[in-house]
Amino acid sequence: MKVPKGSWVQIEQVVLRPEERAPQVPEDTKAVPLMLWVKGTLLEDATLGETVEIETAIGRRLSGRLVAENPPYIHGFGRPIPELLAVGKEFRALIERSGRR
Amino acid sequence: MKDNSYAAVMARRNEIMKRALGLDYGEFELGGLAFDYERMMEKAGYSLEEVRAIQKETSVGDTPLIELKNLTAAARALSEPGRGARIFIKDEAANPSGSFKDRRAAVSCYFAQHHGYKGVVAATSGNYGAAVASQANMRNLKSIIVQELFDSRGIGQPEILEKGRKCEAYGAEVLQLTVGPELFYTFLRVLEDTGFFNASLYTPFGIAGIETLGAEIVSQVQARFGRNPDAVVITNAGGGNLTGTARGLIKAGAAETKVIGASVDLSGLHMASDRDFNRKSFTTGHTGFGVPFTTWPDRADVPRNAARPLRYMDRYVTITQGEVFAITEALAALEGLERGPAGNTSLTAAFAIAREMPEDAIIVVQETEYTGAGKHVTAQLTFARENGIEVRRGDPADQVPGKNIIIPRDPSMIRPRDLSMKDLKASYLRNALKNRPAGSPEALTEAEAAFLAAEIKETPQGLAALLAQARGC
Repeated sequence: MKVPKGSWVQIEQVVLRPEERAPQVPEDTKAVPLMLWVKGTLLEDATLGETVEIETAIGRRLSGRLVAENPPYIHGFGRPIPELLAVGKEFRALIERSGRR
Repeated sequence: MKDNSYAAVMARRNEIMKRALGLDYGEFELGGLAFDYERMMEKAGYSLEEVRAIQKETSVGDTPLIELKNLTAAARALSEPGRGARIFIKDEAANPSGSFKDRRAAVSCYFAQHHGYKGVVAATSGNYGAAVASQANMRNLKSIIVQELFDSRGIGQPEILEKGRKCEAYGAEVLQLTVGPELFYTFLRVLEDTGFFNASLYTPFGIAGIETLGAEIVSQVQARFGRNPDAVVITNAGGGNLTGTARGLIKAGAAETKVIGASVDLSGLHMASDRDFNRKSFTTGHTGFGVPFTTWPDRADVPRNAARPLRYMDRYVTITQGEVFAITEALAALEGLERGPAGNTSLTAAFAIAREMPEDAIIVVQETEYTGAGKHVTAQLTFARENGIEVRRGDPADQVPGKNIIIPRDPSMIRPRDLSMKDLKASYLRNALKNRPAGSPEALTEAEAAFLAAEIKETPQGLAALLAQARGC
């Protein structure tokens, strides 16, 4: 996919390959690279997957693999939790029963 | 060309830090283990009055103290006659970026601005990132926030995703990493590349910023009741929140007020494990930070940590993830306050501890935090289920962190579990002895003995007994 210069994009860097990781990290973590993602303005037309340069929100120039054009925020509120729905009522019933304020 | 391997950058850490902090920690050293903590706080920090003035410039602090009448009534309903303290909460969500962390960021950004730094950097996955970005904007500084956010599958913890979004909303550059303590390596490289100020949570500025919180609690309780609070409950992770609040209480004349730390029990989960990372529903305020930082503060990103909780802590309790979620729900349903969840760790402990205290006692919870997408009970529990964690009603005593989250079947099941203060102090002493410089004399010097006694709030006799325990005698 072509991404035009000036787009708000996300790039990815491999900070440390598995063999470069710190000696104290546990085995499951040592088996994978330390990765970094950061967003900024794309400085030249590019294709997803290419190594590109961006200018970050504070004006630093960083390079890395172009992974997304303007990625959305994906976090939300999830679903209501049935196990929690009754909690407020239970606390109120407790207060009613005791009659203490 | 500069060697940027992990080992080479770590070897340069002291010189990088010295420039990025504008502080020479060497002048506070007293030989061996010891350093002059109070002189460091006096010389490098700011007085309470100075901090108040700095925070006023950027609208930080002076937050409301709210009485939680319905939660107090619920605690009394579960208590023996005559028991059930009045519960108050300091609504720190009213700060500009939505948490008490603005107090810490305000002082760091003030220092950075007045010492000619062009920007600030903070390594944090928590509310502190937003606080730094927000305060930096008010002081015309640039900000870079370094977060640990994703596991190796690229799945982000919802609470940290939200904190990253908020930092981006303030115009910060946000560096988002996968799991691993080498975040510190990335942080050092950013400091070296930019020459920005290290807005660490653990400098004297970061701690002095919280002293106003403790002092405000005293003046607000004094104004209404003409006396000091009996206890203040503080969520404990890196130790700064507890240290700063306790110092503020003492400075405001409430040295007798009990200082109680509270953390969410995440025992059994490894904090640097890629697999465990998304099996927890709390990214801060938990034992994975609280216990190691309490028993060895100098593991932080500064040469000498200004957050030293054992100097002030009277009691340390843990509570479970499910208990905090239940109390967060109750806070919304009974008190009309939608806050947290992580910030409600201390509230959960206070609800349970209030039951032990007399009815006329006053227990203060010293923070709330903003809530939002990702940072919410529904978001966290939905995410937990997607990651194979069982969520059910039951007895919180049956919880296994990383396997299940148990919402208490009944409010009476919300109970604090005390960590042994003696064991925590002995563990601190073991770490201290282990970190004593090579070539030290066999016996502790006078300065070292005095330092250690102050570090764990003990008399010389108490220190001697705990040293024997630490050495395994």
